[in-house]
Amino acid sequence: MQSKRTVFPHRVLPYLLLLPQMAVTVIFFLWPAGQTAWSSMLREDPFGLKSSFVWFENYVRLARDPNYLGSFGTTAIFAASTAIVSIGVALILALAVDRTIRSASIYTTLIVWPYAVAPAVAGVLWWFMFNPTIGILAYLIRRTGYDWNHLLHSTDAMILVVLAASWKQVSYNFLFFVAGLQSIPMSLKEAAAIDGAGPLKRFWTIIFPLLSPTTFFLLVVNIVYAMFDTFGIIDATTTGGPGGATNILVYKVYEDGFVGLNLGSSAAQSVILMVIVIALTVVQFRYIERKVEY
Amino acid sequence: MVENRPVLDFICHLILIAGVVVVIFPVYIAVIASTHGPYDFMSGLIPLLPGSQAAENYSVMLGTGISSSGTPPLWPMLLNSLIMALGVAIGKIVISILSAFAIVYFRFPFRSLAFWLIFITLMLPVEVRILPTYKVVADLGMLNSYPGLIIPIIASATATFLFRQFFLTIPDELLEAARIDSAGPLRFFWDILLPLSRTNIAALFVILFVLGWNQYLWPLLVTTDPGYYTVVMGIKRMATVAESFPQWNLVMAAVVLALLPPVIVVIAMQRFFVKGLVETEK
Repeated sequence: MQSKRTVFPHRVLPYLLLLPQMAVTVIFFLWPAGQTAWSSMLREDPFGLKSSFVWFENYVRLARDPNYLGSFGTTAIFAASTAIVSIGVALILALAVDRTIRSASIYTTLIVWPYAVAPAVAGVLWWFMFNPTIGILAYLIRRTGYDWNHLLHSTDAMILVVLAASWKQVSYNFLFFVAGLQSIPMSLKEAAAIDGAGPLKRFWTIIFPLLSPTTFFLLVVNIVYAMFDTFGIIDATTTGGPGGATNILVYKVYEDGFVGLNLGSSAAQSVILMVIVIALTVVQFRYIERKVEY
Repeated sequence: MVENRPVLDFICHLILIAGVVVVIFPVYIAVIASTHGPYDFMSGLIPLLPGSQAAENYSVMLGTGISSSGTPPLWPMLLNSLIMALGVAIGKIVISILSAFAIVYFRFPFRSLAFWLIFITLMLPVEVRILPTYKVVADLGMLNSYPGLIIPIIASATATFLFRQFFLTIPDELLEAARIDSAGPLRFFWDILLPLSRTNIAALFVILFVLGWNQYLWPLLVTTDPGYYTVVMGIKRMATVAESFPQWNLVMAAVVLALLPPVIVVIAMQRFFVKGLVETEK
């Protein structure tokens, strides 16, 4: 691990400096994570009076539970749609901003602020617009002959949460694409233009390949975002419904644990989610390493 | 600009304007809805132009709130959110700059272990370990308190990682010069490291303020006393009630007030924020 050529010789001071962070990390991260792993192998009655050690039974039950497997599929659809929509829209906007000169900073300001909007608030905003009785978008859709009702139709509910999640995430992806585009040397684009390559051709042969590290990074970040940070969106709009159509994994952990009080199963689901997060972190970290070394 | 193509430029501006409209539209609708009376929505469609009830709606929300939803007025909730956001931002910056300093500028047993223990938590969101964390907080008697709201959120490795990366780029000569001048570690930290980190701290502050303000699940779990409700979690309660009573104008006033502070922070500190965001994650 990297450190400085010269360091301070103190023996005790570094531990004191580390103490606050280590204390918080151990008490609120590592201990609960360990607890989760432990109770994922327990079977508890809902009143917490008795518990027995059942090894991997909770996991086996999950593997056989169609609801849980369905939730996996829902999460995959939700994460993939959110990532594709928000990355695609952000890329188009970033390419457009890259061509404007004087107005670029105004557009940037107008596009980045949804980053600051809480997922739950974003959910309420979109829910309001799609509200079957008073929502303006629901009204417009109904004019075209489609009966929009996200309280009843599972596809409508999924579209609603994907739109709310993407709306909030576009700003983030946009900033990274703008930074990525700015780091592409002008000389490359100019050389291609002199050789007669039009904007579209330049995009596919030069810009897009050079942006691929940024795109890959954003793909991982967006999947993590869609899997975990969107809890507020789901809870504020569909609460997993209708009929589990938007019940993503992280919401199911909460629902089974806090609402259903099925503690063992909820803990097992948490452990599975942790493994997914750690795997994604490793993928991302390898990307960072490659980035630093070139 | 590589070549002059007026048509393409025009299309770019069209795309951007369309993008900006889509980005702003949901909030525009919320602002409009918050200026109308409760019965303006009964016709089945939200009006698109501002109404005349803005002052009334906002003063009702700030002063008394929606009593049927069991939520307090917005003032105390906004204050709670502010305390939580500031607590998370400042707490996280303080503990992480200290630990990054220890990890980079000292060599001691278990240094790698400490780094990896912190690093593991890099992407472990609160959502995946809610039950046991809740239990720990409950056992410590920190339910319905500001420490209970703030401290479990400040344990995350992102800020430590950022400061570590930044410290590694600071030339070694600075430390050597400081040591020749017989400056101790704390003096070096205070007089050299801290001033150099100012931009990073500002950038991190924006990101962490937004993170703290927007917490949803955690306040939902640890607060049962309305005196500690934060505004983001309060909105959900109000929205649920609004399904059955026509109070959308009031809910939307709350939504506007809840999203304004973090948005203002991001726009006012946009330069730091953009730099911080792009650099933290890379």
